[in-house]
Amino acid sequence: MPVRIQTGDFDAGAEIAALRRGNPKVGAVASFIGVCRDANDGDAVSTMTLEHYPGMTEKALEKIVAEAQNRWSVMDILVVHRVGELKPTDQIVLVVVAGAHRGEAFAACEFIMDYLKTRAPFWKKEQTPSGARWVEARTSDSEAAQRWEPPKSSAA
Amino acid sequence: MKVRILYLASLREQLGKAGEDLEISPATSTVAGLRTLLMARGGPWQSALAQGKALRVAVNHEMAQPATPVKQGDEIAFFPPVTGG
Repeated sequence: MPVRIQTGDFDAGAEIAALRRGNPKVGAVASFIGVCRDANDGDAVSTMTLEHYPGMTEKALEKIVAEAQNRWSVMDILVVHRVGELKPTDQIVLVVVAGAHRGEAFAACEFIMDYLKTRAPFWKKEQTPSGARWVEARTSDSEAAQRWEPPKSSAA
Repeated sequence: MKVRILYLASLREQLGKAGEDLEISPATSTVAGLRTLLMARGGPWQSALAQGKALRVAVNHEMAQPATPVKQGDEIAFFPPVTGG
């Protein structure tokens, strides 16, 4: 399965090794790890709770992975996303892309993260000194995802 | 017709409800129609689902638009913009 949702931590090294094991055609592995910070929007964050929509989350991530495989000729992709309560320095998400060359591996990895942040049904609630609050979606994340859209033909 | 409705994340807290099975008239045939129906309950329903609120809807696990059809047995989820990663 190229997509996993789990409460426990992951070992990025072991996941990368497993993904490319025995495949001599792999020449590049790009990976991304998202980590829980101790501050957000100027406030200290002591814990963060990640909620998701079981059933849809897996489908949404699989669709993003399929789209990446459609756009770039990469060989193997893994996405691991944690849910539940996390604290600063904890790992949140892992994306690994194995391919023949670095250009496509880097691009596919970045694309997957940009789409995950705007299309996969996860929500973060963070605990701050003034109470718990839901994290607001960022315009910069929407903009990051939009740059992968095909350019619109302009009549003007 | 009967549909299952889910309210996720901050929306669940605003509405005080995680979901419900609802019997609706076949005339309520779209996501927009269902949203209007729920808003008519007033109070937090009126404010949390108001037009202009950043709200996403999925029908049977696929992202939906206001015009997306709603059918017997569908699972319709209302939620705020996503913030994973």
